[in-house]
Amino acid sequence: MAALRLLRRVAGAVRGRAAPGGRGAASGGRPPAVPQRIEEKRRAALLGGGMGRIEAQHKRGKLTARERILLLLDPDSFDEYDMFVEHRCSDFGMDSSKNKYPGDSVVTGRGRINGRLAYVFSQVMDQAALVGAPVIGLNDSGGARIQEGVESLAGYADIFLRNVLCSGVVPQISLIMGPCAGGAVYSPALTDFTFMVKDTSYLFITGPDVVKSVTNEDVTQEQLGGAKTHTAVSGVAHRAFENDIDALLNLREFFNYLPLSNRDPAPVCECHDPSDRLVPELDTIVPTESTKAYDMLDIIHSIVDEREFFEIMPSYARNIVVGFARMNGRTVGIVGNQPKVASGCLDINSSVKGARFVRFCDAFNIPLITFVDVPGFLPGTAQEYGGIIRHGAKLLFAFAEATVPKITVITRKAYGGAYDVMSSKHLRGDANYAWPTAEVAVMGAKGAVQIIFRGKETDAEAEYVEKFANPFPAAMRGFVDDIIQPSTTRTRICRDLDVLASKTQSSPWKKHANIPL
Amino acid sequence: MSVYELFLSFWHTVAGEEMFNSLSLLQCETLCSRWYLKTSHRLYSATYDPNEKTFEKLLIANRGEIACRVIKTCKKMGIKTVAIHSDVDANAVHVKMADEAVCVGPAPTSKSYLNMDAIMEVIKKTRAQAVHPGYGFLSENKEFARRLAAEGVTFIGPDTHAIQAMGDKIESKLLAKNAKVNTIPGFDGVVKDADEAVRIAREIGYPVMIKASAGGGGKGMRIAWDDEETREGFRFSSQEAASSFGDDRLLIEKFIDNPRHIEIQVLADKHGNALWLNERECSIQRRNQKVVEEAPSTFLDPETRRAMGEQAVALAKAVKYSSAGTVEFLVDSSKNFYFLEMNTRLQVEHPVTECITGLDLVQEMIRVAKGYPLRHKQADIPINGWAVECRVYAEDPYKSFGLPSIGKLSQYQEPLHVPSVRVDSGIQQGSDISIYYDPMISKLITYGSNRAEALKRMEEALDNYVIRGVTHNISLLREVIIHPRFVRGDISTKFLPEVYPDGFKGHKLTDLERRELLATAASLYVAEQLRSQRFLGTQRIPIAKSKRSSWELSVHLGDGIYPVEVSKDGSSFSVEVDGMKLNVTSDWNLASPLLSVTIDGTQRTIQRLSRNASGNTSIQFLGTVYKLQILTKVAAELSKYMPEKAAEDTSSILRSPMPGAVVAVSVKPGDMVSEGQEICVIEAMKMQNSMIAAKTGKVKAVHCKAGDTVGEGDLLVELE
Repeated sequence: MAALRLLRRVAGAVRGRAAPGGRGAASGGRPPAVPQRIEEKRRAALLGGGMGRIEAQHKRGKLTARERILLLLDPDSFDEYDMFVEHRCSDFGMDSSKNKYPGDSVVTGRGRINGRLAYVFSQVMDQAALVGAPVIGLNDSGGARIQEGVESLAGYADIFLRNVLCSGVVPQISLIMGPCAGGAVYSPALTDFTFMVKDTSYLFITGPDVVKSVTNEDVTQEQLGGAKTHTAVSGVAHRAFENDIDALLNLREFFNYLPLSNRDPAPVCECHDPSDRLVPELDTIVPTESTKAYDMLDIIHSIVDEREFFEIMPSYARNIVVGFARMNGRTVGIVGNQPKVASGCLDINSSVKGARFVRFCDAFNIPLITFVDVPGFLPGTAQEYGGIIRHGAKLLFAFAEATVPKITVITRKAYGGAYDVMSSKHLRGDANYAWPTAEVAVMGAKGAVQIIFRGKETDAEAEYVEKFANPFPAAMRGFVDDIIQPSTTRTRICRDLDVLASKTQSSPWKKHANIPL
Repeated sequence: MSVYELFLSFWHTVAGEEMFNSLSLLQCETLCSRWYLKTSHRLYSATYDPNEKTFEKLLIANRGEIACRVIKTCKKMGIKTVAIHSDVDANAVHVKMADEAVCVGPAPTSKSYLNMDAIMEVIKKTRAQAVHPGYGFLSENKEFARRLAAEGVTFIGPDTHAIQAMGDKIESKLLAKNAKVNTIPGFDGVVKDADEAVRIAREIGYPVMIKASAGGGGKGMRIAWDDEETREGFRFSSQEAASSFGDDRLLIEKFIDNPRHIEIQVLADKHGNALWLNERECSIQRRNQKVVEEAPSTFLDPETRRAMGEQAVALAKAVKYSSAGTVEFLVDSSKNFYFLEMNTRLQVEHPVTECITGLDLVQEMIRVAKGYPLRHKQADIPINGWAVECRVYAEDPYKSFGLPSIGKLSQYQEPLHVPSVRVDSGIQQGSDISIYYDPMISKLITYGSNRAEALKRMEEALDNYVIRGVTHNISLLREVIIHPRFVRGDISTKFLPEVYPDGFKGHKLTDLERRELLATAASLYVAEQLRSQRFLGTQRIPIAKSKRSSWELSVHLGDGIYPVEVSKDGSSFSVEVDGMKLNVTSDWNLASPLLSVTIDGTQRTIQRLSRNASGNTSIQFLGTVYKLQILTKVAAELSKYMPEKAAEDTSSILRSPMPGAVVAVSVKPGDMVSEGQEICVIEAMKMQNSMIAAKTGKVKAVHCKAGDTVGEGDLLVELE
């Protein structure tokens, strides 16, 4: 809510906290009223908007900010800031004491998640960036306090600026736990990950009433900006969870995958899954008929530690799979074409989804493992008019630019430009492997023969298959480093990651690159 | 020392050594084989004479575990093997095990494993000298046997005459009668229509049993208690008969109430010798399909056994039977036994006989087919210890004791580390259980010097069996083998419906077991929490070490919410549940599919099947999968504020309970249906299942049509 404006007064808040004691010291004898007042204010702050508002929040199926923090952070680890801050708005009756609450609107501070430092709420972004620890925003606000007028707009912009300055420095996560409308939506949009709570959270620029008055469209909040819309249609949100508790517990788990900042390596957890575990079923997972689909998630689950895969955007652009997992305890980012959906082809949405994920991993030192089974870019006017050229270029750009360890496994098709894009050797891939079922070629045999021979009857298709529909042409030219037995993939990747942990690579100096946005 | 005792000690020596050998072989294969062929312990002591001339090459006209089973013996006998397979089975285990493999067609069995033309072609091409048909498919198809004979290829089984005589339920009964074998009263013949079926049924007197004449086993068998059910049974059975066997003749006979199903294994050669290899008790059945088998039977006394054995041999001799065969009897509570049918093939449950007799039945079948006389005399056939077989199926036992489930075996590990366990399977980790074939995963056989030992090992084997990715029936199997009635031997073919009149619902936890489960789940949760705080390497910002040593948790299990307090005590946990303290120790390897946990001195092997960040976990404990939610006390208290999500109204929608094909849809949008009315028929694994309306109402939408393939949970029909 409007308390976003408070960030400009972080220093003020600290003063506010120090003041009573200071004053007490100055006067030479502590007036008994001050400690009492501190206690009272603290108690009042802990109640937030008061019992009435707590109950109202519960009735809506939501938790209060303090309850949320209790679940998100390790027990007794929360150090709260700005507990004594109150809003300064005095118009429209906002100055009456019953509309003033200590710790107004926002609960901020720092705490620990599984022992590791995290900052909660964006007011602390300055310190988070200085210290180098992630920022987690738990958003549940109706938008600007209209009564505050332009002051709240300035508050937003301050937040936005900090989001941008922190971007790529510390991971920023937004968890949308209630309505988030108007300008406020741009803060989550600027952060690295936006998660939503199903049925109780909404994100939109303008709500259904305004939509109705402007475009005469009838739409519900849920349809316009609910979790389903943003995770499956717009791609604004990266995951949705059942309820507040589910979301916060998942956020704790998600946090464990992330390094604290761009200065830290990808975290390594204690791992019980042997790094040399063979995965025999992979030897037969790719169907013999190249037109038949299989589930890339089966491959991912069987290779990563303990089958644990935290998928990002599982319902959006499902022809590409991205998410976090661990290999021998170390966080890795996984990108894979999904043959089960649209044959795993690259299109506008999947390119953008992949590119953003790759860039996050690169910014935060998370090695990238790419599983390739891509028949090419999706053809058609819809894609061309939509700008598949510039959107597809994003994924190409992201992979080429990334300097983290890059390991690529071609499981089946790697056709055409899409082959180049998918973390190919040519884009500074560190270890590029092909399974025996791999086909690295300009295109599929049928199409190639049709073009080469202009539809004339020919049995060149078999020849083409013989020549190109196998991993040898690529291996002979060094475009893949090895043809590996699929069952050994986990072992190979774990060994490579150990070696590549000390990889350093730099690109020419620049202010920043100009990714084709 | 008698010959019998000598044999016994010999058997144990051989069995012991073999177990050792197969273990080291297994390890060796895991290390060096590309395909990880599994070797399970052989629990028979057959000897293989390398000097005895046999076939050079044999084709196995089957798939799955039985194909693998036959190939194993062929390998021991030095016979080269040819596998056939459908296109979807190209990577199947039997294909990898065989020396050669040829695709005989697409997935549907009628186009592949039943495709005689293609199979004959393969036989010619590969120059196989003999064909082992396994069970099912073409194993009792006289036309196939005839075509093989015409090509001069040996059929590993009886000759066409015996197949024909025994394959026809009517003719077989006449033959049995003539051979002085006890037969079931009220037996009758071919049925033309539903009215005739009713007339025949009334003549015999209800209850009657209706099934396809040509079909083996219990498949397609329906029991009718009145005219209406007779008509329905007639309709289903004739359809199934037509679709499965291309022969719509039916059989209606008196249904013996409360019987046991006990069968005698016979083995006969082409020189007029025939032996009975004791009985198998197969009374535990669901929908007339066997689930648990054992040998010997607790019910038979030596006289009854001999009488049944001698009648079985008399029947075999009457049809000049050669090869292995099974004479099935129904045995009533007074030990009267009635001939049911003779199966002219190797039975699914043959391993239990192999375990107690020490014979390799496949080897004997091949020897007999090659023309050798039997090596054994009746007096050589022992009953040596006790063997139990559980059929492990990919099916949901909570739905009428087992409706097929499909999927990919994401994790699969057979309990071969448990002593005296034999697993006959034809699948491996990564295999698909598809709608096209029988959903059997494996046959799990345990052996013991007595029944109690065999059952104890079965319990352990079931607990140590890792099957992930498909729903399986381990819970049902485990409940059956520990049920007091089963343990007493007080069983009949009605066992399941009698013991579980409201359907199978999984293991019922005792208070103590529930505490054990809660304590284990809570300890696992804490172990996981503690691990997630352990980061390796140096940290730029030091990690705040938690000094926490006790956790107040709230565990949701079934309808109950239990406060549980866990405190860490070295590597073990002290857990307080219901005011009782339990000590839980384990190595807490959170990646291992099997977890051995000791709770107050009781060792349990549990499997944590899943967990997620929200505290939900499912744990397989005592065979049954329990869903739990573990939350901290704080989270549990706050969860009361979480909104209830509206559940789907299941009475107005009809979803497919299993994957399969839609055979018929009997309603269209706008139709009125009454509760219990048939809406559509789904065929899965050769079974036709009638889907009925859960309430009376108007059909809003129909989402399927005849011929569609549907998955489990797919929406079929919506009511208003």
